[in-house]
Amino acid sequence: MRATRVPGEALARGHQATREAARPAGPQPAAHDPEAEGPPPTVGVLALQGDVLEHLRLLEAAGAHAVPVARTDELAAVDGLLLPGGESTTIGRLLELFGLRAPLQERLAAGMPAFGTCAGAILLGRATTLDDGTPSPQPLLGALDVVTRRNAFGRQVASFEADLDVGELDGAALHAVFIRAPWFEQLGPAVHPLAHVPTSQGEQAVVVRQGRILASAFHPELTGDARLHQRFVALVRQPA
Amino acid sequence: MSDQTPSQPATAPGAAPQVGTDRVKRGFADMLKGGVIMDVVDPEQARIAEEAGAVAVMALERVPADIRAHGGVARMSDPEVIEAIQAAVSIPVMAKARIGHAVEAQVLQSLGVDYIDESEVLTPADEAHHIDKQPFTVPFVCGATNLGEALRRIGEGAAMIRSKGEAGTGDVVEATRHMRAIAGEIRRLTTLAPEERYAAAKELRAPVDLVEEVAETGRLPVVLFTAGGVATPADAAFMMQLGADGVFVGSGIFKSGDPAKRARAIVEATTFAWDPQVVAKVSRGLGEAMVGSGIHTLESSERLAGRGW
Repeated sequence: MRATRVPGEALARGHQATREAARPAGPQPAAHDPEAEGPPPTVGVLALQGDVLEHLRLLEAAGAHAVPVARTDELAAVDGLLLPGGESTTIGRLLELFGLRAPLQERLAAGMPAFGTCAGAILLGRATTLDDGTPSPQPLLGALDVVTRRNAFGRQVASFEADLDVGELDGAALHAVFIRAPWFEQLGPAVHPLAHVPTSQGEQAVVVRQGRILASAFHPELTGDARLHQRFVALVRQPA
Repeated sequence: MSDQTPSQPATAPGAAPQVGTDRVKRGFADMLKGGVIMDVVDPEQARIAEEAGAVAVMALERVPADIRAHGGVARMSDPEVIEAIQAAVSIPVMAKARIGHAVEAQVLQSLGVDYIDESEVLTPADEAHHIDKQPFTVPFVCGATNLGEALRRIGEGAAMIRSKGEAGTGDVVEATRHMRAIAGEIRRLTTLAPEERYAAAKELRAPVDLVEEVAETGRLPVVLFTAGGVATPADAAFMMQLGADGVFVGSGIFKSGDPAKRARAIVEATTFAWDPQVVAKVSRGLGEAMVGSGIHTLESSERLAGRGW
């Protein structure tokens, strides 16, 4: 069976410099020492729809072997899975349609590490609501004990970028890009909030971790800062 | 629409939050990649599109095939139509402004649309200038038939490009021509010596800095979708293989026999564009495709892709 391909690859095909040159500027991870940590873990990026290519690049930069995942056999071959931003309704529907939702839920229940960004975080949650708090019935995975509020900050005209202090990350504040972003509500007892944004409705959690599941409301792949990807790869390496 | 006031972020640690930046505008288009954006004219069609897996809808009064049939001047949609569609779905809602018509764009931004399409499908309001898109908070998508046109639009502030194709025809041949033109010109730029890029910028009539960027990266600096004539799942998959990041489908869905089924099929074929078995499976039993009109039956005055400068 042929490996899943990613939109936009065709245009870049045959241009050897592309991957290097297109790597966004920003703090890059420290040199990786494979002998100290064993072989690189294989980390998948769910490649049904959304911002896939940039996550593959940053996971590689963080020391993982990164592969797109759109089929059950590809899912079975990864040690952890990143669920990218995109449209949560679209990705959720495609998960069901192509028979990936049940096997993905099984792997998550068995402890597979996961990292959801924006739409990916919505998919990992146990429930989601519209911006006004009314429930939004849509396919979810239910692995992360939070309720997400979709488009919580407003429509695209309210999308923003800001610096955030994120727990468990070393170094300076993380520059974060929020696009029609959700936030996390009703955090379960096992869920640790790692970053907040002050809003007119109080402090809202925008990065959370529950065991080896990480979720951010924003898009770390858009700035090229690989620290959250490094944190996730460390979680994948960490024994369950 | 929800009567709740959007919750504006207050000050975060460090710099104050910034809205309407290039990164926020272009980054939104990144989230649409691998997806299908569908033209809809009412809330019912918008719900069908969302249910089928569209990543966004384009709110219109008439789809391009009907604009063609109707004739006359085509303008921005009635705000009531746009607001009704915004209220019906949770996915992003886009809307079209006439080329050069800054006030239509201001109105659309005030309605809170998520993206403005400065579109040749509507009757141009300015035959020399496009909208200065930089000052807007809302991002813009613009059409292009070649790389120079795409880079001029990006220079004006477009945060997303779509190849124009020929809207409302159901004939994919112009979309193919424009995708091949853009991709071919990008490939050519990557082969030039640095000192040859200045002459290339002159030939392309495009900003030098953008020509440099494309030559270095082998990509447009923004997401590239395709549009204009996509009518079948195979058409959509073909455009993805030519290098599109995603697909706009206008008249092709709601001018067909079974819109809900065709919409789902085009979404699935876009995701699995490189898997002929999936494209074959979803292409079965879709009913009538839009009848369409071959590009060669159109008078040059009926072609929309020539609008834009």
